[in-house]
Amino acid sequence: MTETAVIVGGGQAGAQAAVSLRQGGFTGRVVLIGDEPVLPYQRPPLSKTYLAGELAKERLFIKPAAFYDKINVERILGKTVSAIDSRQQVISLSSGQCLSYQHLILATGGRVRQLDCPGAGHPRVHYLRTLADVEAMQSEFTAGARMVVIGGGYVGLETAAVAVKHGLNVTLLVARPTPLGRVTSPEVGKFFEDVHRQAGVTLCCNTGVSAIEDDAGDGQVAAVVTDSGYRVLADVVVVGIGLLPNVELAESAGVACDDGITVDEYGRTSVGNIYAAGDCANHPNPIYGRRLRLESVQNAVDQGKTVAATICGKDKPYAQVPWFWSDQYDLKLQTAGINSGYDQALVRGDIASRSFAVFYLREGRLLAVDAINRPAEFVAARNILSKGLSVSAERLQDESIPAKALADQTDPLVTENTAPESAQLSAQSGVQKRSQSNAIKHDRVA
Amino acid sequence: MIKVNYIESDGTQREVEVEEGVNLMDAALDNLVPGIDGDCGGVCACATCHVHVDGAWIDKLAPMDATEDAMLELTDERDKSSRLCCQLKASPELDGIIVRTPAGQH
Repeated sequence: MTETAVIVGGGQAGAQAAVSLRQGGFTGRVVLIGDEPVLPYQRPPLSKTYLAGELAKERLFIKPAAFYDKINVERILGKTVSAIDSRQQVISLSSGQCLSYQHLILATGGRVRQLDCPGAGHPRVHYLRTLADVEAMQSEFTAGARMVVIGGGYVGLETAAVAVKHGLNVTLLVARPTPLGRVTSPEVGKFFEDVHRQAGVTLCCNTGVSAIEDDAGDGQVAAVVTDSGYRVLADVVVVGIGLLPNVELAESAGVACDDGITVDEYGRTSVGNIYAAGDCANHPNPIYGRRLRLESVQNAVDQGKTVAATICGKDKPYAQVPWFWSDQYDLKLQTAGINSGYDQALVRGDIASRSFAVFYLREGRLLAVDAINRPAEFVAARNILSKGLSVSAERLQDESIPAKALADQTDPLVTENTAPESAQLSAQSGVQKRSQSNAIKHDRVA
Repeated sequence: MIKVNYIESDGTQREVEVEEGVNLMDAALDNLVPGIDGDCGGVCACATCHVHVDGAWIDKLAPMDATEDAMLELTDERDKSSRLCCQLKASPELDGIIVRTPAGQH
């Protein structure tokens, strides 16, 4: 019987896993199943260039159909998987079709968290996760229309930026004290708040939504009622309040889940021959010494590669520095690392110049950077984090040192390497430290 | 339409026709050229579309911006001929251009 790898989920992680299985020498059947009726596509442009009408639909697709044909990847699109029988190693599709597998990759991604208030089902209320979501709101996305964006995360901010540039009258409602409150610092959040205000967005922080009313009883205009008692009229409402990992299929098959599908550093779940990758997977991250569930292209791509390598017998533990980007107006925000738990935020550059970086440290050690129009700082931080280097706070902030050279000298106090020319040594010691923490983590997971 | 030659690290050469204005990362994807991933979709955020541009063509390219220059630092085999091909748009003066994909990207 031919060995079969079935991939459930037609997003970035699923597509990557399919490609990487072939690159890794997997010669059996590869079947990619997606519940959307289209080939795997990139989601980031949906709230950026695609929403702005600057990107043709064909450009969204990760690979053209001919590519999958060439590498012999079967696609079952527009179908959902309803059950996994992990004993028999068979999955069932909602269409009734069954498929046997030797390897099952769950790349089921996530679904938008829905607004939970009276009237949330108003026809003018939209979400932004899928191509179909964008297409559903396109007719309402016209200059002069009143738009209310609910949510101050990446999706909300990017949508507001595109909409205001497109001539819509935009009100952005943010539940937290500053935008991007879940992922960045108040300093960076405040910066983006100011940027959006200057661009003409009416932005309200600390503002929740208590109801959506139908203004005239004809379904044409929504009235967004805030918890502070305002009533904002909208021709179109876009909700971006987070993602819920799609774990139900895994759970129903007895696969352990805890904020996502629990995987080890090789992408293996608690059930044999079942793997998970991407937004739905919760992995042990050796750089931070704890479990993370990440919603990003980087994570989807790298975990897709990890599970494919495991299946191909070329096990390579996942140990990537997380990174993210967001494009708003003329600004490119690039984040490397996770700043959670930081005790020091260092600004490099001048915030007013709209080109600066904020480094986040804990006990003197770099955790993350938010680089705004500062790609060199983003790259430097990725290198510092991936090599486990220690660079002093003074050095990180010293603009007389080019960003490219930040990692050239590590902090002797922290690295225990006192010779100033010992960048190489420090790098090695960092790697050793990492592999030690890897081992500790491995023990803990096992 | 211009002709673009992609040469893989193992010497395999592919000549593809590219419409003017299309970037060489998208063109590689459309034509199933291996070794060019373009994970970020061509917004200069991932550095997975690194190519070495043949010497005769380097000066004919639009100069790189600070983002591309910085992102190239993430690649292993950077040299003076390195570019991220999502930033290279097909134009008449590039007709016949030769780009090589680095071994590490395969």
